[in-house]
Amino acid sequence: MIKVEKLSKHFGNVQAVDGISFEVREHENLILLGTSGCGKTTTLKMINRLIEPSAGKVFIDGKDIMEQSPELLRRGIGYVLQNNGLFPHYTVAQNIAVVPQLLKWDQNRTDKRIAELLEKLHLSKDYLNAYPSELSGGQQQRIGLARALVADPAVLLMDEPFGALDNVTRSKIHAEFKALDELKRKTIIMVTHDVQEAFELGDHICLMDKGKIVQDGTPAELLFNPKNDFVRNFLKEQRLQLEFKTIAPQPPEGGVFELRGKRLPAGANLWWMIEQLKFTEGESISILDHQDKKVGSMGFEDLMSTFYQYKKQQAQ
Amino acid sequence: MNEQQQTLWGFMQQQSDKLLTQTLQHIGLTFVSLLIAVLVGLPLGVFISRRRQFSGPVLGVAGVLQTVPSIALLGFMIPVLGIGPKPAIAALLLYALLPIIRNTFTGITGVDAAVKEAAVAMGMSKRQVLFKVELPLAMPVIFAGIRTATVITVGVATLASYIAAGGLGEFIFGGISLNNTNMILAGAIPAALLAILFDFLLARLQKLNVKKLRVVTAALPVLLILLSSFYLLPSAYGSKLKAGFTPEFMGRRDGNLGLISKYGLKIQTLVINDAVMYKAAFEKQLDVISGYSTDGRLKAYDLLVLDDDKHIFPPYYAAPIVREDALKKFPDLEKALNLLSGRINDSIMTALNYRTDYLHQSPERVARDFLDAQKLYKPARSGSAGLVRIGSKIFGEQYILASIYSMLIKGYTDYDASTKTGLGGTKICFDALTNNQIDFYPEYTGTGLLAILQPSVRIIDSVSTSKEATYNYVQRGFEEKYNIRWLKPIGFNNAYALMMRRKQAKELNIKTISNLKRYLDIN
Repeated sequence: MIKVEKLSKHFGNVQAVDGISFEVREHENLILLGTSGCGKTTTLKMINRLIEPSAGKVFIDGKDIMEQSPELLRRGIGYVLQNNGLFPHYTVAQNIAVVPQLLKWDQNRTDKRIAELLEKLHLSKDYLNAYPSELSGGQQQRIGLARALVADPAVLLMDEPFGALDNVTRSKIHAEFKALDELKRKTIIMVTHDVQEAFELGDHICLMDKGKIVQDGTPAELLFNPKNDFVRNFLKEQRLQLEFKTIAPQPPEGGVFELRGKRLPAGANLWWMIEQLKFTEGESISILDHQDKKVGSMGFEDLMSTFYQYKKQQAQ
Repeated sequence: MNEQQQTLWGFMQQQSDKLLTQTLQHIGLTFVSLLIAVLVGLPLGVFISRRRQFSGPVLGVAGVLQTVPSIALLGFMIPVLGIGPKPAIAALLLYALLPIIRNTFTGITGVDAAVKEAAVAMGMSKRQVLFKVELPLAMPVIFAGIRTATVITVGVATLASYIAAGGLGEFIFGGISLNNTNMILAGAIPAALLAILFDFLLARLQKLNVKKLRVVTAALPVLLILLSSFYLLPSAYGSKLKAGFTPEFMGRRDGNLGLISKYGLKIQTLVINDAVMYKAAFEKQLDVISGYSTDGRLKAYDLLVLDDDKHIFPPYYAAPIVREDALKKFPDLEKALNLLSGRINDSIMTALNYRTDYLHQSPERVARDFLDAQKLYKPARSGSAGLVRIGSKIFGEQYILASIYSMLIKGYTDYDASTKTGLGGTKICFDALTNNQIDFYPEYTGTGLLAILQPSVRIIDSVSTSKEATYNYVQRGFEEKYNIRWLKPIGFNNAYALMMRRKQAKELNIKTISNLKRYLDIN
């Protein structure tokens, strides 16, 4: 879907991005992770040509981005900024309608789409005529997301989208983000310096340093197969938590897990499962096969042993 | 008939036509200049916000223009653009430019970078980013700049009357020359009110919320054009010849008022400062001007004085006027000043003025050469017996006379002398004398009669027939009213006169003011 080939950018003598290549498949969520100054934001901005590359190529859907006019290219790519970048002189409705206006949609279609998005993002219609300064940080960020999604672009670029939010609001938005159908149909590249966020939201992480990609892989690969000490050290602080969050027990072929009569979402990880269990009652998670027949159960000890097995397997 | 006793309100009612015309001209001048300044300054501000490397030079040049004194700037404009509204608008425009350019630049560069980036990332073109995001967000700052420019322009526009562009300055500078406080206030108060009013209205516009600002942005050009058009409304009635009179001449009975009442002269008239009037006549911008009969530029520009065949210009014999207490304090002063009495006739004075006004020699040098030629010069003595302060009005002849007196005092008495030259006009000079800021200055009998004593028309008519009658009347009047003494006349008569280019006067066969009237009536 998106293919980046030997992309470079230098500002004067400073090499901000140094010949990096990666690929993002359709509907995949790629995270560009790294400390500030590692070149991740520059890389992101080259994809919608906010920054023109010094060398290298970017293809979206097989088309070279340099062969399109930057305005038209950008109208087809959603963009979310850290400080939301909402227009202070526009109301919420006008802010969301910027791209439809550029694309010359009729008013009816725009209104319908805005109403639909507000509902999905759990925002009241009362805000439509409010100005951004009248909203909370979390609401502003949701409006920013709505603005990026309104024209239903196939690609979404996000630059530290949740960076300016407090922890409580952020984890709430993370949950919404993962649950939003609209986003599951997008190919997303997101920049962050937050390891937790990267592991939580990413299908695929590029860890960057000094303009280069140090390792490109799934969260589990980064965690259990670090390419070098840089990767190891980068994850060291939160290793245990990340491991619990990365390891997801698999039900038998076609089956599911169930807790208190409710099915667990696909890909539920150990951390999540342990959080859900009520220990006082010795609760356990039921394992159902493809015919919904209970074939076993997992209590706290079983979950811990799964973790142990997994680690042992990785160590071999 | 003493104008001092008339109330300000009475004066404004009596002159309401003129006041209205001048106010409309003032508004027009202000907004024509402002309109052009916005049309030039706004794009320039946008340009330098795009190409930052030009911001230094552009703001620097605009800043330097701002520091040039307004009168000097008007002076620079005359050789290029002549006289009248064109140079005035150009000068005002240059003053208004800096705040507009600077605030546009500051406003646009001050827009939140994240907002600009978002606009670009949404797929807006450069034009769309400018008009939909940058300009609306910078508008409050740009507005503040336009407000500053407006107030500056209303103030500086009073000076436009120096170069025949009209406006409320006509009353202000006329009033200063004529010692008429009501006239000064009739110009100054409306000018101040205009500044306050426009500032207030623009402030109201600025406070409107962001939504309405878009309406304002559209309304502003319309408003500016509308107000600018005021300048075109009071177009003067046309005549074959164009006259330029000083503000002082315009308001005097022995000036334009006399020309209208005694001669019935109807001529298209511009108000202009005397510093540029002669040049304008020479360059054929004006045909008839009100000058002084001993002015050096008469000779320089080959102008012909029209004969005053109905005697409306009273004699203007020059003599030093001294406060009585100064004469007591400096007993030798009177004798020294009287050394000059009868020494300078009209043609000598014209020649001396020619040397300062046209050849640009210093008044001190001209004074020294004159005293040497008259064998009056003596080197300075001790200067230990006290300091005599000499005043002079702000033109060449007075500078020369002040220098001559200074040398005479230093050479013939033990007093030292200092000159306070450049006291604006009759009012400022005379007030300085009565308030003990200076001890004496050269004054003219006609000015003393008409501008200072201001007796009834009957008395004026009876005493202005001869040189002696005028002198005796002002001598008595000053002694009684102000305790100021007129010493012996210097000799020359620097009366008002109408003058034309000699060549044109000859072609049209005009020698007297009556000839001029007849010519204007026929054509």
